[in-house]
Amino acid sequence: MSIKIENISYVYSPGTAYEKQALKNVSFEIPDGQFAGIIGHTGSGKSTLIQHLNGLLKATSGAIYHDGKNIYDKGYDMRSLRSRVGLVFQYPEHQLFEEDVLTDVCFGPKNQGLPKEECEARAREALELVGFPEKYYLQSPFELSGGQKRRAAIAGVLAMKPEVLILDEPTAGLDPKGRDDILDQIQHLHERTKITVILVSHSMEDIARYVERIVVMNRGTKMLDGTPEEVFAHYKELEAVGLAAPQVTYIMHDLKERGHSVKTDVTTIEEAADEIMKSFRKRKSEKGSFHD
Amino acid sequence: MIRDMTIGQYYPAESIMHRLDPRVKIVCTLLFLISLFMQNSILGYMIAAVFLTAVIKISKVPFRYIVKGLKAVVVLLLFTVVMNLLLTQGENVLFQFGFLRITENGLRVSVFMAIRLIFLIIGSSLMTFTTTPNALTDGIESLLRPLNKIGVPVYEVAMMMSIALRFIPILLEETDKIMKAQIARGADLGSGNIIQKAKSMIPILVPLFVSAFRRANDLAMAMEARCYQGGEGRTKMKPLIYRHRDYAAYVVTAIYFAAVFVIGRYVPFKLWIF
Repeated sequence: MSIKIENISYVYSPGTAYEKQALKNVSFEIPDGQFAGIIGHTGSGKSTLIQHLNGLLKATSGAIYHDGKNIYDKGYDMRSLRSRVGLVFQYPEHQLFEEDVLTDVCFGPKNQGLPKEECEARAREALELVGFPEKYYLQSPFELSGGQKRRAAIAGVLAMKPEVLILDEPTAGLDPKGRDDILDQIQHLHERTKITVILVSHSMEDIARYVERIVVMNRGTKMLDGTPEEVFAHYKELEAVGLAAPQVTYIMHDLKERGHSVKTDVTTIEEAADEIMKSFRKRKSEKGSFHD
Repeated sequence: MIRDMTIGQYYPAESIMHRLDPRVKIVCTLLFLISLFMQNSILGYMIAAVFLTAVIKISKVPFRYIVKGLKAVVVLLLFTVVMNLLLTQGENVLFQFGFLRITENGLRVSVFMAIRLIFLIIGSSLMTFTTTPNALTDGIESLLRPLNKIGVPVYEVAMMMSIALRFIPILLEETDKIMKAQIARGADLGSGNIIQKAKSMIPILVPLFVSAFRRANDLAMAMEARCYQGGEGRTKMKPLIYRHRDYAAYVVTAIYFAAVFVIGRYVPFKLWIF
């Protein structure tokens, strides 16, 4: 399912002392099946932006098209939109409420009006997709560890079988291992189900390893948009708005400046290591005899 | 959605009202409230209306913003008015339909009650609009300090109040977030009969309670980590000191109070039945 947003603007609490323009003329399109990242500093409008994608917030001006249909048209079925665009909020575990994990995950499919057996089948499938251990299925969600709670909550959205999955800071408040686990699981999920995934984060490091495309938000506007390589090439500008490119970007640029023939558009540590090794081998073969 | 509730919130602005000592605002608000219930004449309410309008003007809080706060209590207001209208006994019947009977007295009482309630809400929300929760508690604490002598834990009560006030906007925001999260999961809020409606609140109330407890826990922990202890021997960063404008405010309110008292009670003036 493709999403196209056109000139979206949004103002919070218009006409009060707390009036705040959160989005200014944002436009972009996310094609079917893409693994995209939205990145921005706190208050850049990224959370506001994604709440538009499933119609929770209505833009002050602008239009959003899902599969070519404007969701602000009269008679557009918002409920069906919400079940096709799954939105996982920040700290999604704060929305858990049922007596056991399985029932909680069933909440979404149940709201879609599916029969009980189907709900449970979907819940089990979703829990399995996020790597939630089966032995906890019937435990109270409030007794789980932070990482498991988060998995259960993400499964709660997945069980609705959305065509687009949006995750707002899915790794906030997790330890490094929990963070990597969740992100790996999301990538795995994207590969297995081929659904569109939009990952929202303020950490370049998190995003760079996984996504095909990055949209950078700054003060309510779209600042950059492109593949990670393209975006990180602007690392000086990113720094100016309080976002840092991944550390490898800096290392590669430094190496280049010192005369090493390395590519600077690598995004992960593995690529960087390969690139550095290649450069050294080349040097070695050039000066080969001298060193031996 | 729920963010739009304005009652009990602080409205940041630069005005004399905002700078007044919180004790002045509390005492004057109380006087204003008493003045509403002390008399029962249209003239008295007119004076109250003029006073209230002037104070709103001075406070620089937009009128629209204040009215928005009334929306939250509109049901209570209607209930009171209808009850008073129908159940007050009296002699001159204005309207009768079956067992429903509206008397002159009933109309009078219900209209006055509506005016009182509206003024009461506007008056007291004006206080919270212009006073930060912290200042408000400081004021209450300082005013109630004499009660300490008879064993009332004034400081603790003030602290609890300030925490409660502080948490109103936080919990509202939290409610908003949880509602959105559940709507995103296809929750249908507010359709169906009353039992279904009540049931649909569970996915919001449970997480809300959990979060309230979690926040309370965190706060208690943070306070203890900073060696918090009650009022005994605790000093203030910003002690409350009366200034000229505070005395002036007392004087103005006292004049208003006296005027309403005298005119409202002893000047015979009637507009039809009111």
